[in-house]
Amino acid sequence: MFDFFRKLLGTKTSEQPIIPRQVDMATTAPLSDEQISSIISGKVIKYEMKQLVAGAGQSVGRQREHNEDSLLAITSTISGSANDVPFGLYIVADGMGGHQFGEVASNAAVRIIGGNITKKFHSYLYSLPTQALQESLQEVMESSIMEAHQYVQREAPGSGTTVTAALVLGQQVTIAHVGDSRAYSIYLDGRIEPITRDHSLVKRLEELGHISKDEAVNFPHRNVLIRALGQGETLEADIFTIPFPQSGTLMICSDGLWGVISEKDIYRSISEAPNLHRACQNMVEAANAAGGPDNITVLLIQMIG
Amino acid sequence: MQIASGVTLVERYSIQDVIGVGGMGSVYLARDLHFPNVVKLVAVKEMINNAPDPLIRQTIVQNFEREANILATLNHSSIPRIYDYFSSDDRSYLVLEYIHGKDLETVIGDANGFLPEDQVISWAIQLCDVLTYVHGHKPDPIVFRDIKPSNIMINHNGDVVLVDFGIAKTFQSGTKGTMIGTEGYSPPEQYRGEATPLADIYSLGAALHHTITRRDPRMEPPFSFAERPIRRINPNISPELEAVINTALQYNPGERFPNTAAMKEALMNVARKTGALSKIVSGLPVSSGGIKPLWSFKCEDEIRGTPVLHQGFLYIGCYDNNLYSLNAADGKFQWKYATEGGIVSRPIVYDNNVIFGSEDQRLHVVSVRTGKVVWTYYTEGKIYSSPCIADGHVFVGSDDHDLHAVNVISGRAIWKYATDAPIHSTPAVANEMIFFGNDAGAFYAVDFHGAMKWRFQAKRAITSSPIIKGQSVYVAALDGLLYALDAKNGWPIWKFRLGKGSVSTPVVADDFVFVGAADGYIYCVDARNAKEIWRFRTENQVSSSPAIYKDSVYCGSIDGNMYCLEYRTGRLRWKFEAQAAITGSPTVFDDIVYFGSTDHQVYALFA
Repeated sequence: MFDFFRKLLGTKTSEQPIIPRQVDMATTAPLSDEQISSIISGKVIKYEMKQLVAGAGQSVGRQREHNEDSLLAITSTISGSANDVPFGLYIVADGMGGHQFGEVASNAAVRIIGGNITKKFHSYLYSLPTQALQESLQEVMESSIMEAHQYVQREAPGSGTTVTAALVLGQQVTIAHVGDSRAYSIYLDGRIEPITRDHSLVKRLEELGHISKDEAVNFPHRNVLIRALGQGETLEADIFTIPFPQSGTLMICSDGLWGVISEKDIYRSISEAPNLHRACQNMVEAANAAGGPDNITVLLIQMIG
Repeated sequence: MQIASGVTLVERYSIQDVIGVGGMGSVYLARDLHFPNVVKLVAVKEMINNAPDPLIRQTIVQNFEREANILATLNHSSIPRIYDYFSSDDRSYLVLEYIHGKDLETVIGDANGFLPEDQVISWAIQLCDVLTYVHGHKPDPIVFRDIKPSNIMINHNGDVVLVDFGIAKTFQSGTKGTMIGTEGYSPPEQYRGEATPLADIYSLGAALHHTITRRDPRMEPPFSFAERPIRRINPNISPELEAVINTALQYNPGERFPNTAAMKEALMNVARKTGALSKIVSGLPVSSGGIKPLWSFKCEDEIRGTPVLHQGFLYIGCYDNNLYSLNAADGKFQWKYATEGGIVSRPIVYDNNVIFGSEDQRLHVVSVRTGKVVWTYYTEGKIYSSPCIADGHVFVGSDDHDLHAVNVISGRAIWKYATDAPIHSTPAVANEMIFFGNDAGAFYAVDFHGAMKWRFQAKRAITSSPIIKGQSVYVAALDGLLYALDAKNGWPIWKFRLGKGSVSTPVVADDFVFVGAADGYIYCVDARNAKEIWRFRTENQVSSSPAIYKDSVYCGSIDGNMYCLEYRTGRLRWKFEAQAAITGSPTVFDDIVYFGSTDHQVYALFA
């Protein structure tokens, strides 16, 4: 922390004498606005602490009796010797299977995956004496998913759940994904980029060109997943690491949101809301206003600083 | 949860060992005590029934018993006999014939290269036979529903036995659909809950595709076989067999074989046409020969390092203690500069000086024009690390355990960063940080002032040099792992297990990381998720670092060959055999590959 302030103060004082001297010489052309802003933004990135902020929204919807979606959002920083590292863990799971097993599956998945990952980071989060992390971030994700998979198979046979989990550490995010919940990068300029690929029959048929985008919308087996946690003896989750969408928003949601409201509405909800919590509420309300056919879960995460 | 060895079930089956673990329970090897005078071994398949709802639990048991009764009536040499079944508490058991052998998945994994085509055809024909038998079951056809290599046993006679019928797998529909079968092997219609004999034909096609291409469909998107044409992966396969498998894998059930008898007929025709049943299959054909070097140049001792090319001249160090300057166009000798030790360090050119380390403990800076010394800098150990330049400093590691930062103009020391072991790794610079490893397996990120930003510990030495791409730094270690670390804070993002340790420096192109290892393989790994894209086997250790040029990867091996592979598939384009090991890395420029060999020669080949 001291270092951090010293650096801040140090640059300020050292800059003071330099600027007047440049003005005195006054022969160079003035910097353009772009040059100045790029210099300023460069400075800001170097010295400002990065941190995460998150918002969440959930609703059972208008047509279901039970909520089979589950979510988890943990936001913190890990303080290290060199600098503070943003830490965040965000999970959305959408359960399936009759006999109320769906909520058992999604709940178990979120608890086991979340519990396993926080256990691994416990000593870092609380600055206890640490052993170096033996596993890579992707291995931690993988083993957590497998543990949840085996638990669901054992305790709620026949059921399954989607899982989209994002572990943010520093400025990268490691994603683990099974099923048809989704993660998106949403940028200020209105771009909405999907990060995950649905493991659904309809998506696969669309990719193969067997059905068109329009046919996909009315496809009778829209809900059939080709991969789900708790289903099948082997489970291959998509696990990968990407840069966190800087100056953008990371969104994770269940199909009760993305299947109901348009990307345009999603973008508008975020850009018009004063904060992430309100943005989440706006989206949940929009999905319910559109009929609320399914449970709705949404998480929004930004990296500020 | 598992039953321990020695436990006896229903006073009859004495558990000996666990032979498999599945989603629903374990499979045990047991001795049937009803035959006290002989050792009669059986397999006991356990299904744990954990459904909390008693009604569901009861339904599961009823389904299991109904299916056990059906299976007990089957009589075919490729189906294990069912001897008994029973349920107790929350578990149901099926007692069946124990098969001595290996499952096909293990056979594929253990094989050294591709399995011979005639072998695969003969298994395929047997599988068609047994499927024809079960599909013809009266009153209703039995659909296996889950054909895949791990459910196909190859017994001690080399014959096929189909194990693990779709017993105890219930189909429950919920708000989201679920499925039976295994992703990758199951046809599209099975996801909608349809299981017909035509679904088994698709899965058989998928299993055969896996067997002859060694590409596991569970690792690929579903229904993507058309994207992996068989003969592009395994050119030894006849077009006829490929056509049969493609027909079985047709997306629309109506376009597959109408039944397994027809598929068997097609396989028999292939066997007749190619003579596969009588042919003795030879090893992999080798695409080589006839490559003449553009030029070669002979030094007086081994070359283990890597050349650098600068403005039409090639600079390379040699164990005869000299640094050579050669004309890159014709290999003509320009000058040599003598040090007092072998040179493995890769030179770097900066401001018309060539800079490199030597076993004589010095960093040498020599004019590219004259070959005369400009300055030298002493460390207290041999220098195997290659210099790297940034911010007006030369950074180089030494056996004196230090990373040295030296002013590139004056040759004066700026600072040293002390570690606890020799540094062979070549430093890499990005984002104002210097990354390097040492022989104690430590990996450091140090800033331009010589202050450590973070440190990561591998289990064994890091001789390999790091490479930085985007926000990640990639480095291999002698612990047999290729690491992707977060360049900002050193967190391990992923690890990829190599067959053995590696001293090879990775290279990144598109989203792929390429690296060699002591197990003799050149690997291509997806940079985002550490999935292996391909691996290519050479005949000895790969110490050389791969180089990418256009769409090829070039890499040397201790087996003496320089390999040129298509970098997206790992397919061999050509290889060139030097007279001894190639430990250094190639440099490719303007369609020419330059490299040295321990046969004392520098070679230039057309890329």
